[in-house]
Parts: sequence; structure tokens; C-alpha cells
Amino acid sequence: MTNTTISVHLDINGRHHDLALEPRVTLLDALRDRLGLTGTKKGCDHGQCGACTVHVDGERVLACLTLAAQVEGRAVTTIEGLAREGETHPVQAAFLEQDAFQCGYCTPGQIMSAVACIREGHAGSDEEIREYMAGNLCRCGAYPHIVSAVRQAAQEAAS
Amino acid sequence: MTLELGLNQQPAHLRQGSSIGQPLTRRDGFLKVTGGAVYAADNHPEGMLYAVLAVSSIARGRVLSLDVEAAKAYAGVVEVMTPQNRPALAIDPDAKDNPFMFRLDLLQNDGVRYPNQSIAVVIGETLEAATEGAALLSPRYEVLPARVGLDDAESFVPRGVGVGNPPVQHKGDVEAGLQSAATRIEATYETPAQYHNAMEPHAIVAAWDGDRLSIDTPSQGLAMAQGRIAGLFGIAPENIHIRSPFLGGGFGSKGMMSGPQVLGILAARLVGRPVKLVLRREQMYGPVGHRAPTRQTLRLGMDGEGRLTAVDHHARTTSSTFDDFFEPAADASHTLYASPAIATSHDAVRLDTGTPLFMRAPGEATGSIALESAIDEAAYACGMDPLEFRLRNYAEVEPMSGKPFSSKALRECYQQAADRFGWASRPLQPRLMRDADGFLTGWGMGTATFPALMFQAEARAVLKSDGSGLMETGAQDMGQGAWTAFAQIAADGLGLDIDRLEFRAGSSDLPNAGIAGGSGHTATAGMAIHNAGAAVIAKLADLATADEASPLFGAGNEGVLARGGRLLRRDDESRGETYGDILTRAGLKEIEGSGKAASDPASLEAYAMHAHGAVFAEVKVDPDFGQVRVTRLVGAFAAGRVINPRLVRSQYYGGMIWGVSFALQEEAVTDRRSGRIQNANLAEYHVPVNADVPSVEAILVHEDDPHVNALGIKGVGEIGVTGTAGAVANAVWHATGVRPRRFPIRIEDLLAR
Repeated sequence: MTNTTISVHLDINGRHHDLALEPRVTLLDALRDRLGLTGTKKGCDHGQCGACTVHVDGERVLACLTLAAQVEGRAVTTIEGLAREGETHPVQAAFLEQDAFQCGYCTPGQIMSAVACIREGHAGSDEEIREYMAGNLCRCGAYPHIVSAVRQAAQEAAS
Repeated sequence: MTLELGLNQQPAHLRQGSSIGQPLTRRDGFLKVTGGAVYAADNHPEGMLYAVLAVSSIARGRVLSLDVEAAKAYAGVVEVMTPQNRPALAIDPDAKDNPFMFRLDLLQNDGVRYPNQSIAVVIGETLEAATEGAALLSPRYEVLPARVGLDDAESFVPRGVGVGNPPVQHKGDVEAGLQSAATRIEATYETPAQYHNAMEPHAIVAAWDGDRLSIDTPSQGLAMAQGRIAGLFGIAPENIHIRSPFLGGGFGSKGMMSGPQVLGILAARLVGRPVKLVLRREQMYGPVGHRAPTRQTLRLGMDGEGRLTAVDHHARTTSSTFDDFFEPAADASHTLYASPAIATSHDAVRLDTGTPLFMRAPGEATGSIALESAIDEAAYACGMDPLEFRLRNYAEVEPMSGKPFSSKALRECYQQAADRFGWASRPLQPRLMRDADGFLTGWGMGTATFPALMFQAEARAVLKSDGSGLMETGAQDMGQGAWTAFAQIAADGLGLDIDRLEFRAGSSDLPNAGIAGGSGHTATAGMAIHNAGAAVIAKLADLATADEASPLFGAGNEGVLARGGRLLRRDDESRGETYGDILTRAGLKEIEGSGKAASDPASLEAYAMHAHGAVFAEVKVDPDFGQVRVTRLVGAFAAGRVINPRLVRSQYYGGMIWGVSFALQEEAVTDRRSGRIQNANLAEYHVPVNADVPSVEAILVHEDDPHVNALGIKGVGEIGVTGTAGAVANAVWHATGVRPRRFPIRIEDLLAR
């Protein structure tokens, strides 16, 4: 395999970036290694843990299974882009209040999933939240509090 | 009314002096929910290169060749580190002088002694180049047969289990106790190899400057890591600065420096540039520890009233061929149930695996699921309710040692959790309960226990003339909440509002806070913080009470209180002054004190010190397909003083979910032919996802313990695993009538009925 580079234009959290990348560079590695956006975490690099969840055009996507070149022309939002003007997003606030994390490593992915889960309309009950948040592993076992946080944020969004 | 008004006039008074016990949200929480918390792999110093491990695909043998030329020819590959060019070390990586260190695989030769052992390191300008370079090495091996099972090698009795516990212990005559018993049970249980699988893979960013070394790496024991690296490289510990402000989980696997972390340092040495090395998930199944498999046989005898006459608990476990860690599973039978005769014993075999290690509740978790299952079998054999049986055999003193407990609110735990769960309506016979959908429903329970340990720690406290304070200790937060709980203890110790306090931790240039492990970090570093606070307050009081200009003049050291940033006369709290006034008048910008902590030898001699709990579980089992789901968990735990109930509840939940995982999900499967782990990834090595976890409740049972330490802290990080795993297993039996004897519980075992 040769390592030629291609030119990739990315829209991350509303900012435009021009990068020269090998075609095989994942969105996750581009964010972390090229753009310094290290809030998005690598837990498995195989799409099995959810720690790298970001939004592409508003939908949750695993950044480790997405090539950077695939998201050209699409709006990428990472955990760093969630807060607006210094105000935490309601889901971030709910995670903090409900103690919905411990070590914090899976947390950016959990929060990005939770934001999308609520937007998708999949936070109607605790059972539904558990099911639609099941793609994000938390080894600390913060699940009960994650459910509480998503429930709280969903109720706030509905009111 | 007057009292309330008085308190309202001084709202700070309510908070100050009472930070301990408050359910504060995490002080590091904002960073963690915004992506701002910097973990080791998030660092990127100028000029940094990427290192990628090449690991062995065999379990035992020798590397015959590596195609270093092909790797180096790949554009972007800077260097390949192999046994031929690895920089020299000051000591043999296989040397070991205390139990808290791994023998390390640092490319000292071409030997392979377990799968996923490091055999080379490729260093590149990009992660992609280094990864490609590692793939191009195409190793060829001389392969020897792998030893993989509990019977695959000659067994022996290890010199010690856990950290130096005697492998064989007994009191009374177990055989006589079994002979005289009216009822006996004997059962053998197997537990699998498990891997910690913290969400954050082990990572290191290392940069050398001459013989000074700067490191970002997750560590549960900064001072130990510093000492280990100093020894390996022959440099002074103070030349090494390790930063570990956040660990993305540890669970024991980041307790000691592992080989791959040291290889990152060696790679940086070799290329003379900063290097980042991050383990791939599959590479975590080998060099960073695991929970060893066990096979445990329990023999219990009971008299006509259901009182234990004998407990015999034997455990077979495994270690690697080159290092020693032996899971102390049978020791679980030392502390829980009263019996005139108890015998525990261990033996082990050496296999071609990485070295096992402490993993959340080491020994307690494996031993507990076997013991709690056996106790359940014994209760049924006696025709007794499992809770009644446990109360009948309640230990008023520690069974093995005969020592009184420093405190033990286990009866309260049983009662509160049982009431909350609704245990009283449980039928004695299995397979009698069905839910509306026809699922077999079962209720089971287990007792939780974990020792209240303390290690050694130091802290440094400073009070400043502007009225603020500083507390420093090299504590480690792997998610348990050290940043918050220690700040609360510090605020109380310094008599300051927590917002007037700067708390520094997570760095090796701070006082040694000991290890974040053994559920002993809060007690140990917490006591060092408490003592440092007391020391600096005493100095301040000396200044004030000797100063004629102070309203505290002549009050004497014993006669003052520290609260709300003021020293007050104990006999007249209206007389006092601020820390700032005292320091300013003395012409001081600041004043400092230090504190140390360790367990009290007199308490250790006099008392058995443990946290306790009771866990009740409901499971539902599909009668046709045998699929098990946990639907309800209620635990009640008594673990001394609670510093922050919000965080403690999270610790209990996490532990209980680990218990569910132990009973139903986790298992590393080894291919018997190759010795390789077949499921070294997060899809096939099953850990619970959100949808696997039911409604969980944890009741915090009040417990005062005047003996464990001055703050009365035990520990909460591991106890939740114990008790829960057995409770789930016992609930599965109650649902199905099939007694789980190997874990995780398999559908095929339930359908074999």
C-alpha cells in the first residue's frame, strides 16, 4: 500500500478545515491527531464501544468506522461543539447533575448518543432509553444514572 | 425559629465544616461532559511520533525473524525497535523485588511466553504509517505447544496468594465437622479468565530531556510507577514527572507499570523525540493483567438447626510461566459465616498467558460467587430460606481470626435490602414463579464483603493570607471521584469553604498518595489530607493564641475551632478571627503543614475491619430458550462514613453491574490449540450494555466505625461486585431449578435440565 495523500475539506463544529490526509485516515484519527479535538475518544477502533460517537448531519455516527474523506461537505459535530456560547447543552448538564459517568472516558460518546437519541424520539421510556443507548459501552457501570440523565434531558426538551 | 434564623444568617456555616457527607456533583464533571478532560492519549507534544506495538500471534515459542527492512522502507516509518536495537536498561526486566510489580516483556530476547506479547515497536510520523509498518514485520515463529487450561500443567501450592496471604489456612477440624454434620453439600464451581477492559486503553506519551523524563500515562499508583521507571532506567525518581489527572478506568489494570508503557519510554529514548504509544484493544488481552480463572470446591456441613459445622473451600487458579500472582479466591470464606471449623487452600498451575493481576475485588469476587452459591445450596439442603440461613450463621466475630469486627451493620443491610426487595414473599422451592409473559422468575441473594484496607499516603496543606487554601497529594482519580471527595475532606480539614480551596492531585511531583486500589484510597489519602489540614491549623492556632493582639490569645491549641476560614475559641465562638488576619499580623504570606496516613497497627491487631452488604436479585428466564435477564437488583451496603453519597451510589451501581457481568457475561475464551484468546475485543468479550442492566437500587446503610481511621472511612469501590454475582446465580437457580456451577452462566447449561 502506498501512502499518497489526498486533500480533504471538513466542516467540524461550524469551522472549516483543509487537511492533507492519507485516504485511510479515519474521522476519529483526523479529529484527534490532526485537529486537536481530543474530546472524541478511541476505545476500540472497531465500532464496538461507541466512545467515538459524533454527529454527521445531526445523526450519530461512529468516527472510528468513518473515513475522514467520507464526511466532506457534511456537518460534523463533536462533543466540543455541543455547548453554545459557554452554556452547557441540557444533556451535558443532566449528565453532570445525575452523575451519569465516573471515569468520563465513554462520556463524550454517551452524550453525543444521548442528544441524538432524544432527537430521534427514542427516549420515551426507560426501556427505550436503555435500548437506544445500548451502543455505548460504559465499563464503570454508570448505566442507571445515564438513563436518569437522558430521561431528565428528554423531559426538559419536551417541556 | 431563633436557631433557624441564626443559621440563615450564616448560610456558609452550614456548608463549611460539613463538606464531608454532602452530595456534591463532581468537581471534574464539567471537563468530563465537555470533552475538556485530558487523558494520557490526548497529549500531543511538539515533534511527537507515533509508536505501534507488534505483538506475538503465538502463545509460546520464539520469534525467528522480523522483516524490519520492509517496515523501515515504508514511507513515514522512522524506526523499528527490536531486541537488536532496544536501548539498554539498568536492570533485568524480569527482576522483581516486591509483589507490586510486573515482570516485564521489554524486548529482552526473542522469546514468546504468551499471546499478544510485544515483539517489536514501530515508530512513525503518523499513526497510519506506524500501523502499516507493524503489519509489514511479518514475524516467523518457532511454535511450542501452548498450556491453556486449569489441568494443563503440574499443580503446586504457591508461596502466597493475593499479596502474600498464606495459601493454606485452617481453624478447627473440618473433617470432624463434616463427619458430625446432619446435612452436607459439596459443589465445584468454575470461573473464567476475565480482562479489566477499562474503556481507556493503556497509553503513554513519553518525552526525554537528557536524563529527565516527562510522561503522560494513566496510573493508579504514581509513586510506584515513578519508582519502577527509575529502577528500570537507572535514573533518580525525581527526574521523572508523571501526569495522570484522569484515568479512563483502571479496575486494577493500571496499578502497576506494564510492559507496553515502558516500551513507549524506550521508543522515545531510541528516536530522541516524544513518542505516543496506545494499546489497541486486542493488545490489552495479555500484558496488562487479567483475573485468573478458578475452579473452586466447597464442602459445607450443617447441624440439625442449619448451623455450619464445617466450611472447606479449595481454589485452583493459574499464573503465567514467569511471574506470580495468585487469585486468593478461597480467602472469601474467612470472614462471612460463623463455623467452628474452616479450612481454605489454594493450588495453581502455570500457563502460557500474561500474568494475572488484581481485578476489581481480586479474590473476593471469584470467591464470593462460589461461596454464595454454596451457601444457597446449603440453605436449600437444610430446607431453609437463604436469608434465614445466613442469619443463623451470622458471624459475630470474624470466623477465621476470632477478632471482633470494628463495626458490622450487616444485619441492617439484610433487613433494609430484603424489605425493599420484598423478599419475604419468596417461595422456598425453585421454578414456582412465572411472570405474566410466562417467563420463569427467580429471586436470589448474596452477602457482600470487602476488607477495609489502608496503605500509606502523604499530603501537604497551605493556608494563604488571602484566606484561600491549597491541598496537595498525588491522588489518582480513575472515576471513583477522588477530585471531589478529597476536596471535600480537605475543605473540612482546613475549615474552608470548598470554593476557597485549590486541590491538586494526579501528578507525581506531589506528595505520595499511595495507590488507588484495594478500595483504600479514600481512607488512606483522605486521612493524609485530614492530618495535613490539622497540622496547618495547629500551626495557625499557635500563632494566634501566642499573639496578644488576637482575640484568641491564651485560648491554647486545644481551645480553638477552624470553621469558615476563621479560628474560633471553642469556649466562646463569638471570639475569633480570619486566617488572613492571623497570617497578615504575623507577616506571613502563607503557612504550611503536612500529614501522613497509614493503617493503625493497634486497630489491625485488635479488630477485623470490613465493609458489608446484602444484594437481592430478580431474574427472568425464557423457559424455552434459557435466556436470562436480570430485572431487578437491590443492594444495601454499610461501609463506614460516606464522604459523598452521590458518588458512592455510583460506585455501588458500578460494582453491582460488574457482579451481573460476572454471573452472566464475561469470559475470555482461549483456543486450546493455539493458546490465543478468541474473543479479544469488545464485541465478543461481553460486558453489559445499557440494555443489559435493570433497575438498580443501592441503599446506603449508616455505620459509625471508630476504629478503622479517625474519619471512619472504609471503602466502596469493590464491594458491589461481591454478593451481586452470587445473588444473580442464586436467582437463576430459583427461577429454573438448575444450579449454575460454571460462570458465566450459559444457556446450554440451563437447557440441559
